[in-house]
Amino acid sequence: MSAQVPPHLDAEVNALLAHYPPEQKRSAVLMVLHAVQEQCGCVSDAMVEWVAAKLGCQPIHVYECVTFYPMFRRKRVGKYHIKICRTLSCELAGSHKLSETLQKTVGTGMDQTTPDGKFTISWVECLAACGTGPCLMINDDFHEKVTKEKAEQLLANLK
Amino acid sequence: MAAVERKLITARMDQPGYSNRLESYLAAGGYGALRKALAMTPEAIRAEVSKAGLRGRGGAGFGCGLKWSLVDRKSGKPIYLICNADESEPGTFKDKQIIYKDPHALIEGIVCASFANGVKTAYIYIRGEFAEGYKILVTAIEEARAKNFVGANILGSGYSLEIFVHRGAGAYICGEETGLIESLEGKRAYPRFKPPYFPAVLGLWMCPTIVNNVETLCNIPLIVGMGGAEFSHIGTPNNTGTRMMCVSGHVNKPGYYEVELGKITLGELINGLCGGVSGGRKAKAIIPGGSSAKVMRCDERFKGKKRDGTEYDWSWQDVPVDFDSVAMIGSMAGSGGVIVLDETADLPKALANIAEFYAHESCGQCTPCREGSLWMAKALHRMTHGRAMKGDTDYLKSIADNIPGRTICPFGEACSWPVQSFIEKFRDDFAKLEK
Repeated sequence: MSAQVPPHLDAEVNALLAHYPPEQKRSAVLMVLHAVQEQCGCVSDAMVEWVAAKLGCQPIHVYECVTFYPMFRRKRVGKYHIKICRTLSCELAGSHKLSETLQKTVGTGMDQTTPDGKFTISWVECLAACGTGPCLMINDDFHEKVTKEKAEQLLANLK
Repeated sequence: MAAVERKLITARMDQPGYSNRLESYLAAGGYGALRKALAMTPEAIRAEVSKAGLRGRGGAGFGCGLKWSLVDRKSGKPIYLICNADESEPGTFKDKQIIYKDPHALIEGIVCASFANGVKTAYIYIRGEFAEGYKILVTAIEEARAKNFVGANILGSGYSLEIFVHRGAGAYICGEETGLIESLEGKRAYPRFKPPYFPAVLGLWMCPTIVNNVETLCNIPLIVGMGGAEFSHIGTPNNTGTRMMCVSGHVNKPGYYEVELGKITLGELINGLCGGVSGGRKAKAIIPGGSSAKVMRCDERFKGKKRDGTEYDWSWQDVPVDFDSVAMIGSMAGSGGVIVLDETADLPKALANIAEFYAHESCGQCTPCREGSLWMAKALHRMTHGRAMKGDTDYLKSIADNIPGRTICPFGEACSWPVQSFIEKFRDDFAKLEK
């Protein structure tokens, strides 16, 4: 199986490898997987093999990280991945109501993607914004004190 | 007396017009401590940090000077410094403020600490969700490099340091220092056995390694600037300096408040700085140090003897905010994350939420923790969904009692303490679900 490697990814990965001693290339695996996922949308079997070859380790060494670390995914998600904090302070601040609002507005359930591929909604664990809950992330962007109105506004702004 | 903050770490970040760029930090006198540090010997800086009495701000409260003194300096191997920026203990959001709003304060702390310990390469392990924080740190390091605060021959001193930022990917266990090291080595974050794998001797790539929290490192330039003796007069003996307390849950003004350790009480923090419990209600329970800390029951009196022999008899409002006092009443100051639950709170539901967190985050290496955390979460789920079985409260307690001390890392304690303490302090709330 050969990977379709997006242009620039190889150069980006080579730059990341320079952050670690030459005999410790495997250390770069999380950084490399982030780069892969950013450019490919998920981490496929083919990319696991490509990363292993880049790092000089076995595919299992890469695969065990993909399956251990919650941020890596094996399948693509919607264009906008809405991640709502599930943990205590956000729950006390109303995260369940927020998730209901979002599911209703977007028209899909938790851990599901809308048929047009635009939105996926998931729970995630504590996002370290406990004083400004409920909080969520849309892709890489943080949003805090997300009221019903703010949630609807956020969604309306997403094209 | 009205409770007041003492802003040392947070002195700059919330001022109008202050940005996370270098010019803001320099205008506020930033990198002055680095110049002073580079004119000192590394040994002298380490002595000042020991004299300051600084305790780690990540959770365990281990003495920073002591941690540094344990580093194996004779191995001939490089010494690494890792900044633990994997902030993920529920209730804690202080390191994020520093990283996003005042990253150069952290960079200066890392350079000072690295110089003091002969470190040539430092890593910042930042939790994966802080994607923007990662970019902010990378930019800050580039800015610092352009002014020769980082890189080769820093400010002409002959000392060189490289700092790299390394992203995690959503695993809480990476906050445990040996799990973090495994993760930085590109593996699953399975914590290591201690002994022999004390990071100070056999850490990153089996080299001596210092792992310090973000807020801890930000204190180093303060200590260099004012001297360890003066720093030791801030706060109280054995609890020196300030701490960024993070308050969330049922309070009117949740947020972070920097206070002198031991100089204000939990009551002053919550009723004063945080504007009281939401809706003028009473506090029922307080988790004082991140979700793994044992819960306090607010109608309880806390009695005992202090180390100096004097007796204390405190309500929850009287408990001083510092490491030792919170430990004396049977909990821990932990990560500084205070979660307040008022009289309307559903405590089994709150505990179910916490238990689900730990079940999700157990790394799976040790059986008691991997299985036990999941069993506790399942039992609490059914109890809070109208399907409690007779004896579930005792069942929960028996699981929680059989995990601590039987795991490689303190996660075993972290997932058990909430269950043990909620049941001990609020048994009726759980027992009544069984009917």
